[in-house]
Amino acid sequence: MNDQAIQTAPSRQSASGSAGRVTGGQRLRGEDICIEVENLNLWYGDDQALKNINMQLPRERVTAFIGPSGCGKSTLLRCMNRMNDLIDNCRLEGQIRIDGQEIHDKAMDVPELRRRVGMVFQKPNPFPKSIYENVAYGLRLQGVKKRRILDEVVEKSLRQAALWDEVKDRLNENAFGLSGGQQQRLVIARAVAIEPEVLLLDEPASALDPLATLKIEELMFDLKKHYTIAIVTHNMQQAARVSDYTAYLYLGEVMEFNDTDTLFTNPSRKETEDYITGRHG
Amino acid sequence: MTDDSIDEGFFKQHISHQFNEELEDIHTRVLAMGGIVEQQLTDAVSAMVDGNRELAQTVVTSDYKVNSIEVELDEACTHVLVRRQPTASDLRLVMAVVKTITDLERIGDEAERIGRMALHLLDDDRAVAPVAEMGAFGTHVRDMLRGALDAVARMDAEHAVRVAQQDIQADSQYQVVLQRLMDQMMKSPESIPRLMDIVWAARSMERIGDRARNICEYVVYFVRGKDVRHTSFDQMAREATGDRG
Repeated sequence: MNDQAIQTAPSRQSASGSAGRVTGGQRLRGEDICIEVENLNLWYGDDQALKNINMQLPRERVTAFIGPSGCGKSTLLRCMNRMNDLIDNCRLEGQIRIDGQEIHDKAMDVPELRRRVGMVFQKPNPFPKSIYENVAYGLRLQGVKKRRILDEVVEKSLRQAALWDEVKDRLNENAFGLSGGQQQRLVIARAVAIEPEVLLLDEPASALDPLATLKIEELMFDLKKHYTIAIVTHNMQQAARVSDYTAYLYLGEVMEFNDTDTLFTNPSRKETEDYITGRHG
Repeated sequence: MTDDSIDEGFFKQHISHQFNEELEDIHTRVLAMGGIVEQQLTDAVSAMVDGNRELAQTVVTSDYKVNSIEVELDEACTHVLVRRQPTASDLRLVMAVVKTITDLERIGDEAERIGRMALHLLDDDRAVAPVAEMGAFGTHVRDMLRGALDAVARMDAEHAVRVAQQDIQADSQYQVVLQRLMDQMMKSPESIPRLMDIVWAARSMERIGDRARNICEYVVYFVRGKDVRHTSFDQMAREATGDRG
């Protein structure tokens, strides 16, 4: 890690190619970096949605993206497994490296990238299949047929998603019979079954009640022992509870990126302070 | 809080394990800090009663430890507030801890002052000071502190009330010591400058009693959610037992 690990990236400085202004503590220095975003710009047609994003996501940590609607946080998240490829008119410049490997390289196998970088959306989206088959789905796609292996992975994944005890006696029932919170954990189990390195969570708890939300948050705390997690959330308190690092985005720019304790107790920019204290206009 | 004390489950019931650990951690650390302060006070009083220079010096040079724990715990509490947004008994626990460590840190300062006075007495004529009364007074407020920390450990409101009530006796012991000192001053006005040191040390002990009482009040606040500062002992007792009679 270099000294400029923790940074804000005001566009003027980033445009000049520097890594941006160093702020706050330097805890990121001791971290192993999993994903590195460099000078990333993204346009939907003529509208620039992301401006000179420079940031690092440390391995086996939770990084939260917060900011008002339309600030680009979901767009940034979707860049990390090239989900934006599916959107017409979307143009991108800059680099995103996972374990040092540029994800836009021609040699990059996109389905393999999406296996390594799993994603969970706001609305739980189980397949219209049994609980078991939902979790086994990715493995079956990979050609795994042995029942013993499938059984093992399904159980392990459901356990990791803190759902096993609730569903172990009804694995063959349709996944739509589960509650919203259970469905969301099922989707997480499905994502971890194919052993990704990174989990991208886009508002994973915003459709859930408070207790189901806390279960998802507790799950994230367990999952970060094995995965690098990035989460987009509208709920600032949730970001404070679950994340190790937080990025505040505004109008397509990373205004501030810092360890969560510092960002929420002593943000270095007034814009961040205004947003997290509810003074945002 | 529906229970009268911190039972085993208190730190185990949140869905978030991390939150459980953070709360348990600040509770454990406040007790550890209390243990160090209590030792400082015990040493300061013995140093004074026994005329032990080494012990007095240890007390005077050790206060920094208490100060640094206060800073660390304050930070830990800030982090719990910002990260967990605690509510109800969790919020009251954090608030009680923040207040308790402020009082503990000040008790540490008072112990240091008593340690300094013990050193002054050694360089002076110990005969002029009412050492026995000061020793008894110091031991009494030390016991109050110990009792207050017991109440914090178990979050036992009724025990906290019993300890707080001992402040009445502390105040009367303070009056006895002051009277002895004034008699001495009248007898030998030339000793007034030296005796003023002892007046300040006695004042420190009296303040320690007050601060131990404050800590007891925070325990009642945590357990019952009632702020019993600036109320009578009777009212405090009624709030602690939940008796509105």
